[in-house]
Amino acid sequence: MSGAFLEPTPQQSVRTPQLTGELIATRRVGAYHHLTFVAPGVAELAKPGQFVAVAVGGDTSANLLRRCFSIYRASSVDKVSSIHNVSSIHNVSSINQVSPSGTHGGTVDVVVAARGPGTRWLTGLSVHDEVNIIGPLGHPFPLPKEPVACVLVGGGYGSAPLFWLAAELRERGCHVEMVLGAATKDRLFGVVEARRSRRAMDGVTVTTDDGSMGIKGWVSDVLTDVIRRCHADVVYGCGPMAMLKSITDVATAQGAVAQVAVEESMACGIGVCMTCVMPVVGDDGLTRMVRSCVEGPVFRGDRVRWDAFEHGWCAVPQDAHGAVAMRGH
Amino acid sequence: MLASIAGNTAGEFAEVAAVLRQSPAFDAVVGVEVNISCPNVANRGLVFACDPLSSATVIALVREKLPRDIPIFAKLSPDVTDIVEIAGACVEAGADGLTMINTLLAMVIDTELLRPQVAGVTGGLSGPGIGPVAVRAVWQVRAAMIEGRIPTVPIIGVGGVRTGDDALQLVAAGASAIQVGTATFNDPTAPVRVNRELAAALQDKGFARFSDAVGIAHSRLDPRR
Ligand SMILES: Cc1cc2nc3c(=O)[nH]c(=O)nc-3n(C[C@H](O)[C@H](O)[C@H](O)COP(=O)(O)OP(=O)(O)OC[C@H]3O[C@@H](n4cnc5c(N)ncnc54)[C@H](O)[C@@H]3O)c2cc1C
Ligand SMILES: Cc1cc2nc3c(=O)[nH]c(=O)nc-3n(C[C@H](O)[C@H](O)[C@H](O)COP(=O)(O)O)c2cc1C
Ligand code: FES
Repeated sequence: MSGAFLEPTPQQSVRTPQLTGELIATRRVGAYHHLTFVAPGVAELAKPGQFVAVAVGGDTSANLLRRCFSIYRASSVDKVSSIHNVSSIHNVSSINQVSPSGTHGGTVDVVVAARGPGTRWLTGLSVHDEVNIIGPLGHPFPLPKEPVACVLVGGGYGSAPLFWLAAELRERGCHVEMVLGAATKDRLFGVVEARRSRRAMDGVTVTTDDGSMGIKGWVSDVLTDVIRRCHADVVYGCGPMAMLKSITDVATAQGAVAQVAVEESMACGIGVCMTCVMPVVGDDGLTRMVRSCVEGPVFRGDRVRWDAFEHGWCAVPQDAHGAVAMRGH
Repeated sequence: MLASIAGNTAGEFAEVAAVLRQSPAFDAVVGVEVNISCPNVANRGLVFACDPLSSATVIALVREKLPRDIPIFAKLSPDVTDIVEIAGACVEAGADGLTMINTLLAMVIDTELLRPQVAGVTGGLSGPGIGPVAVRAVWQVRAAMIEGRIPTVPIIGVGGVRTGDDALQLVAAGASAIQVGTATFNDPTAPVRVNRELAAALQDKGFARFSDAVGIAHSRLDPRR
């Protein structure tokens, strides 16, 4: 079935940009903050499923580790001019959108949930503040060669990279359905966008744990029906690990391939620290601890060793390559 | 390339050194760093570098496996009562140099779940916060060399370096080379930048040669002390 996909993009030979980008827009969206940064060079290279690693707290911050965020949108220079048009009437500060004060360039958008010190710092930034960004990082979602039906499942802010993916899939003639789920209504992201962009989406199903919007329950409760209804061959997922596991289970049971973007703890995002390793089965059937920042974040769901994830921890399976030597380190 | 090797038993260190020696890429190796700051399975998991005898055993075994012209550096842990004693034992066992410091054993508790934050329960603390510990360790060992208590060998300083100034502190305490670890996670260009900043700082201070700055702080103690 893997043959149905385009080969994942080989490691970019171009150098991944590292830059200091100005925040040009910040707005609250339910429980989240949607931030737009000027990030020349990032948009030109970025593909859906890739992420950026953002330095937090300023140059002397004790929070040294970068925080990773899926790219929600990336616009190259030509599209940015529309932001300038908005900004020429920019005292519409309900969205706090202004033109970048320096040279122009592409922009990158992320959706951030304020949790710990780093994300709180980011969501507390004001327009014109600057952050250091590295990206795009990781492997994007592989796209099907044929115009097959696809279901895109997003949990919470995990839906952020899916809208862009949906547009690309539609361009290839795919039938695209979306399932958005979250604990509560305010933690859903993009319901309005999904329902509005009828041209990019053929169907939208919403679930919440508490029933405050859409169907009460989990995305996995409705997924079987959605897959059957549209005869989907591919299910794309982005969200918490437990959700990705159940998406994989449901997709596999229905004969579809799951492609999931994982969210392991990442300390660097660029492949040097080994924080993000997780067990994944290779083409040769052997399980290896791979760095999800460089080999992922997108993996075929049926290749991930979900059995190793328990209680929010990830263990090294006994049969993983090099497992014995890894003990004690 | 300065290759780093480790093992769970003294025998494993020797085995890794032998494998490295056989590697077709061994020509690229200019030195070997022996990471004795990892748990010794045979000794109740106590870190090799916490015990002078275990440290010396590993260094001697590795020394045997590698050609004489390949210098070996013992990488020390700061989590010891007397780092000078360990440093001395390593040099006497055949280490051509010392790398200081490895991470400090540390632990964090997730206050939401009230359980250890990392699956391994404890982990290594690194980054800017440990800079002063590294400076202290390099200082103590260099002082012992100056006083003739242990043989003089070069020291590679590592721990908390983020800027050229941080590196300069280690150099002034006695380090002849610098490694940058954790700061790289924040800024992938950190090693190159630190090198540039250190060179500029030394030039600013009028040092004609890098070696003139190594251990300089030992000659600038308060005379009333
Ligand atoms: C590929 C990827 C894409 C992501 N996309 C988004 C997104 O679009 N929107 C969003 O709000 N969040 C996203 N996250 C999660 C986000 O990175 C974390 O919430 C954030 O790092 C937490 O930082 P903090 O300072 O608030 O929390 P702290 O707990 O203080 O974080 C400390 C360190 O722990 C690590 N960490 C903690 N929680 C997580 C986590 N859930 N995932 C990964 N690392 C973590 C980070 O390395 C961070 O440096 C993504 C994570 C990854 C790996
Ligand atoms: C993620 C991580 C992995 C490390 N792995 C090793 C290792 O394999 N061998 C070793 O000798 N030191 C290892 N270290 C220790 C560093 O080399 C260094 O001694 C220590 O982190 C202090 O330097 P820093 O503050 O610049 O990071 C590691 C440190 C970190 C943070
Ligand atoms: S996050 Fe550092 S290697 Fe992946």
